[in-house]
Amino acid sequence: MIKLNNIHKSYVMGNNSLHVLKGIDLHIEQGDFVSIMGSSGSGKSTLLNILGMLDNYDNGTYHLSGNLISNMSETKAAKYRNDLVGFVFQSFNLISFKNAMENVALPLYYKGVPRKKRNQIALEYLEKLGLKDWANHMPNEMSGGQKQRVAIARALISNPKIILADEPTGALDTATSYEVMEILKQVNDSGITVIIVTHEHDIAAMTRQIIRLKDGRIHEIIRNGELKQFQKSYMKELETA
Amino acid sequence: MFDLDLWSEIISALKKNRMRSFMTAFGVFWGIFMLIVMSGAGKALENGVLDGVRAFATNSAFFWTERTSVPYEGFQRGRRWNYETSDMDYIRDNVKEVEYLSPRLFGNQQAGNNTIRGERAGAFNVYGDYPDYFKIDRWTPIQGRLINDIDMIQERKVCNIGERVVEVMFGKDENPIGQYLKVSGVYFQVVGVIHAETRINIGGGKKEETIIIPFSTMRKAYNYGNRVYFFSVTSKPGTKVSDLEEKLKTILKDRHKVAPEDQQAIGSFNIEKEFVKFNALFIGIQALTWIVGIGTLLAGVIGVSNIMLVIIKERTQEIGIQRAIGATPATVIKHIVAESVFLTVMAGYIGLSLGVGVLEILNQILLKGGDKLFFRNPEINLTMALSALAVLVVSGIIAGLIPAKRAVSIKPIDAIRDE
Ligand SMILES: Nc1ncnc2c1ncn2[C@@H]1O[C@H](COP(=O)(O)OP(=O)(O)OP(=O)(O)O)[C@@H](O)[C@H]1O
Ligand SMILES: [Mg+2]
Repeated sequence: MIKLNNIHKSYVMGNNSLHVLKGIDLHIEQGDFVSIMGSSGSGKSTLLNILGMLDNYDNGTYHLSGNLISNMSETKAAKYRNDLVGFVFQSFNLISFKNAMENVALPLYYKGVPRKKRNQIALEYLEKLGLKDWANHMPNEMSGGQKQRVAIARALISNPKIILADEPTGALDTATSYEVMEILKQVNDSGITVIIVTHEHDIAAMTRQIIRLKDGRIHEIIRNGELKQFQKSYMKELETA
Repeated sequence: MFDLDLWSEIISALKKNRMRSFMTAFGVFWGIFMLIVMSGAGKALENGVLDGVRAFATNSAFFWTERTSVPYEGFQRGRRWNYETSDMDYIRDNVKEVEYLSPRLFGNQQAGNNTIRGERAGAFNVYGDYPDYFKIDRWTPIQGRLINDIDMIQERKVCNIGERVVEVMFGKDENPIGQYLKVSGVYFQVVGVIHAETRINIGGGKKEETIIIPFSTMRKAYNYGNRVYFFSVTSKPGTKVSDLEEKLKTILKDRHKVAPEDQQAIGSFNIEKEFVKFNALFIGIQALTWIVGIGTLLAGVIGVSNIMLVIIKERTQEIGIQRAIGATPATVIKHIVAESVFLTVMAGYIGLSLGVGVLEILNQILLKGGDKLFFRNPEINLTMALSALAVLVVSGIIAGLIPAKRAVSIKPIDAIRDE
């Protein structure tokens, strides 16, 4: 599904160059539920953005569904994004002057689905996420958890193969965070690959694989079976903190 | 191709910020409004002036005499002289290019009232004219008839009078036709009230204050002898009046022993030359209108482009999100350009309508002012309106394209991150 081979990425600002990703090798199967962890500035978002074709990389290869993703035109990237990827952001990123239903329907607009049809599909997705009654509300009339569910519905509507979520619970309280994670779990159960970036160990513990970044490299990968082990060390980390 | 989604997208984006949309549109509105009003006003001046001369035979020329400025054949310079009726006969017989020839005598032009009727008195411009005069400088009879050849031959004491003469010399309910006026001591019967079709004025004074009597009658009644003060000619079709003017001058100088090189002795002008001058003037006015109008419009368009840039900047994140969820650069550009064109054309259309409205109101006011004004019928033609619209669409596209290009030139992730 996703195959990264020795990915490098630097940010160049004037004369300075910041080497953020220093050779990432990663293999993610279809249907995986992965979290990316690491300290602030370790390159989690950078990695996720490259996966989502929102940003480009300098060196290495990235294959998505068998296609080499490299140096493609913005138009082609937009099409790939629309077909393969759904994004969920920490700050929800809904369009402020569109109501919930219109926000959810937007990706289908770019696909050329007629208004009636796409609004109907959007309603279905909102219903799945328990937001049917909020369809005509504007984003500023909704709570953080509701907004994030709208964002997830929007990410799902174009039937993507992957959901990429950068700190989807970062702006939410614990209870709401767990609700959102429950939804993402269901999404994953339907066969969609879910990759999230998170700071929170309890959130990460809900996924089936944890990738820890450190200094631009993959420090460790904790798989399903080792999660118990992870939880132990996580408790220890909590204690030392 | 009408894309309802595109339009609802655009309308909601514009509605979201009414004030900003309004300010954006205002520059364009003002530009097109000014263009229309100025151009209409220029056209009105043109119409006003050209209407005033249109009815004038454009192939006409006018001659009078001045003192000589060069000594010649024993005559001192500064000699006063006049044309004579024999000159007129000579021209009629020998100059084939002449179509109409109309000699004129001026009545007593001393200050004070020269016209009396009972208690009423007035000072008017009195001319002795040939009937052919009406073919050169058109007048229409409002009442009665024009002076004709029979009046001339019979030397009848009749006159045509202008509208102002009627006002002064007659009561409101009186019919001037058949009544008598005493002009410089001689009674003339009014046979027609006449209205000037042109406002080119020869001999000064207002045309409404004119009294015209037959040339022959005037000559006899006031003892003018053989003198002719002034005459008008028109050239036959196919001949140039300027050439005729020169030819007649040469003949007249020769007949009156005026030095051929004397530039002052004969006063003359021809309408053809004046027309050329007028036309150049109006082309100049229209050109200026367009330059100023386009300039204003351009300023408006640059304003739109600037504000679009600001809007795009404010919406960087929104555009980034749209691109993240699948909007292609082409879609983004299409939206921004459509928004810009929509704003520009709407604003332009309102400016156009309002401009035309103002011209229409102006026109109504001018119509009330009658035909004395050198300013009439401000109009704006379809070509002009359409080309203004075309300019608007094109400028709207350009105004949108620049910020649109910029919007898609940044990476979507940078756009989303934009704070
Ligand atoms: N567009 C950019 N231009 C320059 N430097 C950048 C840019 N984006 C990120 N960086 C830098 O690259 C490094 C990695 O950033 P990244 O956002 O991937 O970190 P992160 O792991 O997501 O951190 P956080 O947990 O704080 O979100 C940071 O030092 C950041 O300052
Ligand atoms: Mg981050």
